Amino acid sequence: MYDFLIAPFTEFEFMRRALAGTLALALGAGPIGVFLMLRRMSLVGDAMAHAILPGAAIGFLFSGLSLFAMTAGGLIAGCVVALLTGLVARMTELKEDAALATFYLLSLALGVTIVSVKGTNIDLLHVLFGSVLALDDQTLLLIAINATITLVVLALIYRPLVIECVDPGFLRSVSRAGAPAHLAFLGLVVVNLVSGFHALGTLLAVGIMMLPAATGRFWARDITLMTLIAAASGVFSGYVGLLLSFHTGVPSGPAIILVAGALYVLSVLFGKVGGLVTQTLPKRHLEA
Amino acid sequence: MPARRHILTLAAGLAGLTLAGPAIAQEKLKVLATFSILGDFVKNVGGDRVEVTTLVGPDSDAHVYAPSPADARKVAEAKVVITNGLGFEGWMSRLIRASGSKVQPIAATKGVKARRAAEAGHGHGEADPHAWQSVANAKLYVANIRDALSAADPAGKATYDANAAAYLTKLDALDRDVKAAVAAIPADRRKIISSHDAFGYFEEAYGIDFIAPQGVSTEAEPSARDVARIITQIKRQKIPAVFLENVTDPRLMNRISQESGARIGGKLYSDALTGDNGDAPTYIDLVRHNIKQIAAALMS
Repeated sequence: MYDFLIAPFTEFEFMRRALAGTLALALGAGPIGVFLMLRRMSLVGDAMAHAILPGAAIGFLFSGLSLFAMTAGGLIAGCVVALLTGLVARMTELKEDAALATFYLLSLALGVTIVSVKGTNIDLLHVLFGSVLALDDQTLLLIAINATITLVVLALIYRPLVIECVDPGFLRSVSRAGAPAHLAFLGLVVVNLVSGFHALGTLLAVGIMMLPAATGRFWARDITLMTLIAAASGVFSGYVGLLLSFHTGVPSGPAIILVAGALYVLSVLFGKVGGLVTQTLPKRHLEA
Repeated sequence: MPARRHILTLAAGLAGLTLAGPAIAQEKLKVLATFSILGDFVKNVGGDRVEVTTLVGPDSDAHVYAPSPADARKVAEAKVVITNGLGFEGWMSRLIRASGSKVQPIAATKGVKARRAAEAGHGHGEADPHAWQSVANAKLYVANIRDALSAADPAGKATYDANAAAYLTKLDALDRDVKAAVAAIPADRRKIISSHDAFGYFEEAYGIDFIAPQGVSTEAEPSARDVARIITQIKRQKIPAVFLENVTDPRLMNRISQESGARIGGKLYSDALTGDNGDAPTYIDLVRHNIKQIAAALMS
């Protein structure tokens, strides 16, 4: 048992690093995913991932596999798209989803153009699909810092964020914190996707954000509890996914997301709150 | 019908005449090579008589190449298309069909004794296409290219023969140098880790063990188990050096090196030449660079 569950991590440093990386990632991304889901923005994560990809690619073209350039590129592209989306959605007739769709498509097209004009077809996919097994000190630090920022900022804007999820009209009538909180939140989405793409790659980074969040939805009605469950199931997926990759030889990034997916399917079926099977079970009668 | 045939014969005759006429400014033979190393071979054999274009240029990975419309035009314009063969360019037949060209691609690996990729780990039992990593094979490439060019441009046969002979002499010298360099390395230190097992033929020809953390194709993502095995293996077999490559993820190599204590060797070039200012602008430079790096890492 020890050999199976613990030894891979005590024996190999890269496993410890991968675990620490996914742990930090899940702690930040889980809660972010919950808020995305509650605001009916579950697909925004995916769109944002596409929006940061060209930025990171441009960073890569200019200075190679430099952590700084790729992070900066991704952050800039993501923040520009997030900001423009937020502004257009709030100041014009266009709704948030349409505004985001336009800007992320533009960003993607621009990125692809720049990459092909620049000419080398060196395996960008390989670069953009980060490897959770190859986390060095810098990347690990970056992921940890991002997770810390996420949790601190989330704590600061928690109240307006929650109220806006439930009753945006009420929030607008009592406070002007709605717009800044929303923009800060979108910024956090970008930050988490950027740190996620160093570890898991852009596409899978969305997975560690949304799947645990959806899982959390089936176990709690309370938002705080939901975020806790999301973070916990993300951490659990990271641990089990790495073990799976270690023992069976499947690629580690997808393994982590598949475990998160399995947790989600189980929750859809057996979740305490609205799970399919749970619903059919006879409920306890209220007794006077 | 007969009249038409006469015209054709006449046209062919005229074409032959224009090609043969030494005084006429010669139309260069347009040759397309699929990737940079083949392009270098063609340049050396064809010299001034040919104009070489390559689809996958320097520093690019042919495994993940995606043809563009401009490439289809290059194919359509080419009189001779040289491919590596052995499944290296899976996209080639489709590209030729798409370009509307009637040209028959010529595989430069004709006559090469193909090794199975499966021998080198978890491959798929297909032929390993990276045959150029053995200089003996490179000589077969050159001979095939010489024959292909002579067939397409009979008037230049003498030039091609002379160029090829000169180049083959250089390759012979190169082969001897590589063997001498390997002989100088102590036998128990002749093993390295490289992130891409493109060196199967090199391994067979010169007796240096290449152990790779990935399958033959750069498409396969390594799993935690693969990485753990490599690290364990380095520690157990006391492998002295780990090499990076210009086409796969260097971050993973750094991780393995730090964890296992093997030293990081310089860059090895496998599938692509570098630009003119790089370490390996030609095939001969590429091989010399690689063996120098390997020797340096294993001697110390």
